[in-house]
Formats: sequence, C-alpha cells, structure tokens
Amino acid sequence: MPDKSTIHLVVNNKHYELMIGKDIIPSDTLAETLRNHLGLLGTKISCDEGACGACTVILNGKAVLSCTILTVECNGVNITTIEGLEDPKTGRLHPLQQSFIDHTAFQCGFCTPGIIMTVKALLDKNPDPTENEIKEALSGNFCRCISHYEVLKAVTAVIKGGKYDK
Amino acid sequence: MTNNYRYIGKDTPRKDARDIVTGRAEYLDDVRLPHMLIGKVLRSPLPHAEIRSIDVSKAEALPGVHAVLTYKDVPDATWGIPNHMRLLDKKVRFVGDAVALVAADTTEIANHAVERIRVEYEPLQACYDVDEATQPGQPPLYDQYPDNVIPQITKLLQNVIKGDVDKGFAEADEIIEGTGFYECFPNPLPPEPPGVIAYWKNPDKLVAYVATQSLGLNKYLAQPFFRMADTQFIATQCGGSYGTKNANLTPIGYAAELARATRRPVKIYYTKEEHLAAYSLRLSCRINARVGIKNDGTVTAVTGEWIVNTGSGSEAGPHEIAVGCGELQLALRCPNWDLRSKLVVTNRAPTGIVRGYGGQELESSILPIMGMAMEKANVDPLDFFKKNFVRVGDEYFWRNGIKYIYRGIDFSPAIDNGAARFGWEEKWKGWGKPMSVHGNKRRGVGVGIHCNADVGEDHSEAWIKLTPDGRALILVAVSEAGQGQRSSLCKMAAEVLNLPLEHVNMSFPDTDGNPFEFALVGSRGTYTVGKAVIEAAEDARRRLLELASPVMNLKPDELETEDGYIFEITNPDNRIPWRKATGIVRTVLGQGRFSEDFTLSNFLVTFVEVEVDTTTGMVKLVNVVNSAGCGQVIAPACLEGQLHGALGAAGLDTAIFEGGMLDPSIGRMMNSNMIDYKWRTFNDLPEFSTLTQDTPMPSHRFHAVGVGEIATSPGPSAVLMAVYNAIGVRIMDYPFTPDKVLKALSKIR
Repeated sequence: MPDKSTIHLVVNNKHYELMIGKDIIPSDTLAETLRNHLGLLGTKISCDEGACGACTVILNGKAVLSCTILTVECNGVNITTIEGLEDPKTGRLHPLQQSFIDHTAFQCGFCTPGIIMTVKALLDKNPDPTENEIKEALSGNFCRCISHYEVLKAVTAVIKGGKYDK
Repeated sequence: MTNNYRYIGKDTPRKDARDIVTGRAEYLDDVRLPHMLIGKVLRSPLPHAEIRSIDVSKAEALPGVHAVLTYKDVPDATWGIPNHMRLLDKKVRFVGDAVALVAADTTEIANHAVERIRVEYEPLQACYDVDEATQPGQPPLYDQYPDNVIPQITKLLQNVIKGDVDKGFAEADEIIEGTGFYECFPNPLPPEPPGVIAYWKNPDKLVAYVATQSLGLNKYLAQPFFRMADTQFIATQCGGSYGTKNANLTPIGYAAELARATRRPVKIYYTKEEHLAAYSLRLSCRINARVGIKNDGTVTAVTGEWIVNTGSGSEAGPHEIAVGCGELQLALRCPNWDLRSKLVVTNRAPTGIVRGYGGQELESSILPIMGMAMEKANVDPLDFFKKNFVRVGDEYFWRNGIKYIYRGIDFSPAIDNGAARFGWEEKWKGWGKPMSVHGNKRRGVGVGIHCNADVGEDHSEAWIKLTPDGRALILVAVSEAGQGQRSSLCKMAAEVLNLPLEHVNMSFPDTDGNPFEFALVGSRGTYTVGKAVIEAAEDARRRLLELASPVMNLKPDELETEDGYIFEITNPDNRIPWRKATGIVRTVLGQGRFSEDFTLSNFLVTFVEVEVDTTTGMVKLVNVVNSAGCGQVIAPACLEGQLHGALGAAGLDTAIFEGGMLDPSIGRMMNSNMIDYKWRTFNDLPEFSTLTQDTPMPSHRFHAVGVGEIATSPGPSAVLMAVYNAIGVRIMDYPFTPDKVLKALSKIR
C-alpha cells in the first residue's frame, strides 16, 4: 500500500519529502508550502484566490496558480519556481530574466516572478509564439504599475534574438 | 536624444533589477523575525452601529492566542486629517471597520480566534451618499461632526476665491452650469497588500518594518499616535503603492498595539479582500459648477461647490482638497473664482492618499463642465487647454493658501508633440461628433491635461559618504516602490562624482541611519531628493579635493576627480587614487538639503481614442498618447513605465470599468475580490505612446522635475469627452459601463 502520509515532490531539481501533519497540514496550499516550509520566497501571494497570477509556478511543464493547489495533491510532481531559473553553478541568469532587466520590464516587481514563470511555461512549449499568444498566456497576470508594454518587448526580444533555450 | 552626461537621460539597469527578476527582492511578507506573531482583525458586518458588548473570553482561551484587543485596550488617540479616527472605537462606521485585534502563533489560530469573539451591535441608520449624509436627522458618524461635514482647515487652501465673479460672468459670451460626478470609489490596488511588522525594542522604542513608498511620512504621521515615542521605520521593497502606502496608519497601529500587548513582533498583512474593502479608496467627488467663457476660449469666471465624499474617515481629505484647488488653477487660468469645497463623511470604506491626490478627482468632475462651456463657445479643447495652462509669471494659490508665481518652462511643445503623434487635427471633428462610424462601432477622441506644483513640496536631506576605495554611499531615507528612484538618485550622485555607477550605492532604507527625508509623493523625488543628493555629492567632492590639495601641492580648483582618482586638470597624468588623499582611515561626508519650492510644475496631456459599440454599450480604449513636460529626463525607461501607469492605479480606467460596487441595502462592497473588481489585462491593451518634452527646467543641476504621479490624472475626463464625441450624448458619471452607455442611447431604461 502506498504511503499516504508523505508527499514526495521535486522543486527546482531538488527532492523533498513532506510529512502530512508534521511538515504540512492538509489545508496548506502549494504557495504556502513553497514560501513557509521550503523558504522559496520568490513565489508571491497576492490575491490568494487564483485571480492575479502572482503565485504562478511551473508544475509538470504547465504554468499553474500555486495558491489554488493543495500541497497534498502534489505527490510525485515536478515544480520549477523563479529560484530555479538561474544557473545554480555559474549564477548566469535565464535569458528571460536578463531581458526583463535589459528592458526594465517591471516597476514594483511584485508580479514579476509570476509573469516570468508564465512566459517560461509558454516558451518551453512554443518557442516562437505570436504577440497575441503571449498576451493570451499572460491574461491572468495582474500588473498594476502597467509594465505590460515593457514585458511584451522583453519577451519579444528573447524570441527574436533566438536566445531562448529551456 | 543625445546629451553630454555620463548617466543622466541614459538607460541603465535598475540597481534592484537582479533581485526582482530572481525573486530575491525582500517584500514585507518575506521578512521573518524570530518569535513573530500574526495579527488579524475582526471586522464589522454592519455599516453603522454602536458596540453594545464584546466578549473575547473564548478567543483568549484558544491555545496559541497571545492577545485580544478591543476599543477598551487601545490608547485614546486619534489620527487622520483632521485627527478623528481611533484605532478601535466603540462605534463601527463601515462594513469592514475594525472591531477587535488578535495576535496568535499562526494565521489559522488567529483567524479561528477572530471567529470566537462575540459582539452585540446596536445598528444605526447608515448613509453612503453625500446628500443622504447631510439630510437633517441622519445620525452623525462622529459626534464632533453633527451634520456629517468635516469643518474646513483654515491653514490649508480649501476653496479657490479670487477676483470678482459677477464681473467675470458679465464679461462672458456664454455661461454654462452643470454637475459632474466622479463617484466610483476605485481602489488603486497595488499587488502587494498593505502590511506592517512592528515590535517594541525598549519599552518605548517602536521598530516597524513597513511596505511603503514614503518612510519619512510613515514615521512622522505615526509618531504622535504613539505619544511621540522614539520610532525606527524600516522599508522593505514595496510591491506597489500608488499613494496608498504613504501613511499605512491603521496597519501600523494594529501591529504596534498588538506588539505592545504581547511584547513580541507582530505582523499585520491584509488579505486581498481586506485590501479591497477596508483600505484607502480614492476620494469621491461631485461638483456643481457655473462657468463663464468667451468665444476665444478665455475663462472669465468659475463658481461652484465641490462636494467630497471621504467615506467613513479622512486620511488626508482636506489636504487632498488643498492640492486639487491648487492644481486646477495651474490647468485653468481664470481671474475670477468662487469654488468652495465641502468634505462629507459617509458609511463607505475610508478614503486615503491616492495617486492623483485631489487634482485627479477635481479635474475629472469639473473638466466635463468646462467641456460643455467649450462646446457652447465652439472652442476646440486643444486650443482651450493650450490657452489656459499655467505660464511664466502666472500667480496661483498653492495648498498652504500662499500665493506663488510660476517660473518654470512653457509646456506648449508637450501639447504640440502629443497632438502630432496622436493625429488630433485629423481625428477631431467637433463637439459631439464621432471621428468615424462603421456600423455599430463609433469612435471618438478626447483630451485632458494636468499640472502639479507639488514637484517641489516639503523638505529633504541627504548625506554622501565617500570611502577611500573610491566608492560613494548615499544616505537618504528613500524606499523603492517601483518608481526606480533609488537607482535614479545613484545616477545623479555618480554623475556629480564622475564614478562608475556600480560604485555608487544607497544606504539601507530606514529612519535611524539616515537624515530627514519627507516622502516620495507628488512626483517630488526627482527635484527635491535629487537636489539634496546633488548638493551632498558636490559638498563631498569639494571636501575630497580639499584633502587632495596639500598632497598634490595644487589648489582644489586645479583638481578634478574621475573613477576614484584625483587628477590635475591641465595634466591628467598627474593623478592619485582617493585613498592617497584621504588616507584609509577617514570618511569624507557631504551634506545636502532641499527646502520646499512651489514655483515649478510638471505637466501632462493625455489624448485618447475610444470605440463605442452601440449594440453592446462597450467602451473600448483604442489609443492613448501621454505627453509629459518634466525637463531633463533622468531615467527614460523608468519614466516610460510610469507614464504607461495611466492604465493602472485607479487611473484612466475609472472612466471605463473600474470602481467599488456597494450594495446600498446592506452597505457591503460587492466586488472586493480580484475577479469581480475589474482590471485591465494583457490581452486588452490599447496602442500607447509616451513622449517627453526635454526643455531644461530651472530646478537643479540636471534641470529635471518628476512627473510619474500624474500619469493617471488627465485620463478620465479625456475618456468622458471621447465617449461623448463618439455617441453624441454626454454621460457625466463615471465609469461608462455598458448599462450607462445603452441608457444614454435610450436603448434600455
């Protein structure tokens, strides 16, 4: 019989074992576990009800809202968060991160990790999306400073420059 | 644009860019202090009631609960302008008003404890509208304001009264009367909710981590509330503010009182529902005005009453009215005024400091009436605004009631450049006339302007420390809320000291380790803090060259510094590193100060094109041009982002779909979540151009003033004008949702 008291998951290529009742409680969302238990504070919680995209992470290749997923549902999944994009050995930034810097594609920056993860999930599947496909992918990401135009420029530059590789 | 500067006007990566894109930037919710407790607030389900009794015993008995506070347990202190709001009171004044505070080990326990508090209320009749609130017999929200009107504050500009309005109306070719409504109660809604962590270091020193755009303002507003206790305010990276995190007084108060009771750090971090339903909304305005105009577009008289609904409390209402009264005079030259304000409290959520600060609200409600006057006089609105914005030598009363004379630049090129980019001449077909009609799609254009002399408000101090290793540290209490100001100040100092930008950094943003600095408000940072930093850098440079003088056996004015070296101007090969001049055991400190100056202004003109679908009533924003006048641009990409900000922060979209929906039968906000509260998404972006006029401004060494704040302000009235031109019917109350458009077209009742 499989052990139902422990959740095994991989986050940023690192394996974690979380005991229900000890490390997590059944009502913990993935966003809460990432932030409060794994110390991955780059994933932001803003609306906490699946409406703003700030908490977006990549789960088994798909951009998901980590505030609407329970950690107990995550047994066996593979997750990438914003902390997983830098090259851990060289510290080299992911081309999307570098392009966001080069284009000042943020103001307050609170929504930026969620936006970058949403775009990464899109480009991983479709490295040459149209502008409408980028906009559609980002339609659930709230940015109140209005850095949308700079974000689109930053993403387009990565695609056009052929710099994208997973 | 090219210039001879090394950094000014050139794009350089924001200093915090790497932290932001890697998720390392530390926001309030990322701060974890040892022994920190979580604070939660019990909020009122009723819009207006006396508390008959509160029983907290079941909450206190819950394991993991460390304190439960009610109105009986907090100091009898009030805040707001004027002071009138208690942290917790025996009365509740809106749905969501605070009733009790809990501190517990975890969020779950705190929420559970909140549910276990029993309260008996004596309901009172509630009011949400300014007319209702001022009816005889309406129970007052505050005993001291029996008619629900907050008295005017005499040391602030609360009315615009000058000249002779009778004479002005006698000179007018046309006289128009009308009522404008900007009563949508939108929320600027930064993505990061309001939050504070507070603890008491000694019995009497309050330490507070705050998500804020203005450290100094947080501290100086809060200090009297804590009986002038010593305070240290520490800024975290701020996830958006748009004015709303300038004061933060309620969360500061909650966290500080719970921390006092528990002797532990307490974090208050609002949920999005609390943020939407119970935190700093934009002021609501209604204006009844009479305008005299000549056929050449000269305004001869303005009279009227500006009625402001501040909700259940006024964080800054009279001050916002004062700034609005000042800003209107900059946008509208007129010799004869009698415009009086009235500030009314109602049982809606309290309003607070918001981007646009009085001026956006006043202009959004009065410029449409001006539009009616322009139409009657058959004046093109572009010609009208060009004729009537502030010129050098013009006098105006500013927010403190004192008269100033404008000494800045002429902003006509900003209007001309914006009009050319937008294609105003081709698109403007006359008042009430669409630019184009294709079946049920009618397009119209509109324009609005805004000016603000708060670019030089209040005082700033900065120090700069030069270290022997060729680095400079700017000591200034400036936080980062998205404007990029911490990076821009580094550019200014690096320019003066001719240092590599990576060798110029900012001190940790707190109020203990830095000199006085007021706030990043009113687009003031570029001019005021900028000038203090420039002066400090110049002072430090002078002292450095004085130290080098005896070492190099040359007079200071024969020396120059570059990249951490000092050299002889006529023989640059004769050079020494800073450390040879200073020794390795010395700090060179420069000091700078800025004193308030209300004689300059920034400028923004917004052009919009909208498409109205006459079948569905939908208003679609097609094109926006924001053309700004702010002198030399310091950081072009940061400014461009701020100008795009017109679409956020309860700005332009308050004319199209944004606002707080209240159910008047129960007083509850019906859309206090981010699905029902409408915001602009990535797949609904209009074409958007930004322009800046680079005429040097007589401000400081780099000839700049800020302009970011007002990006949102001219938009609503421009949209109103555009919708009118598209459909030929003027809708005077924002936002122009499909139901209002279809009603205006007589398609529904």
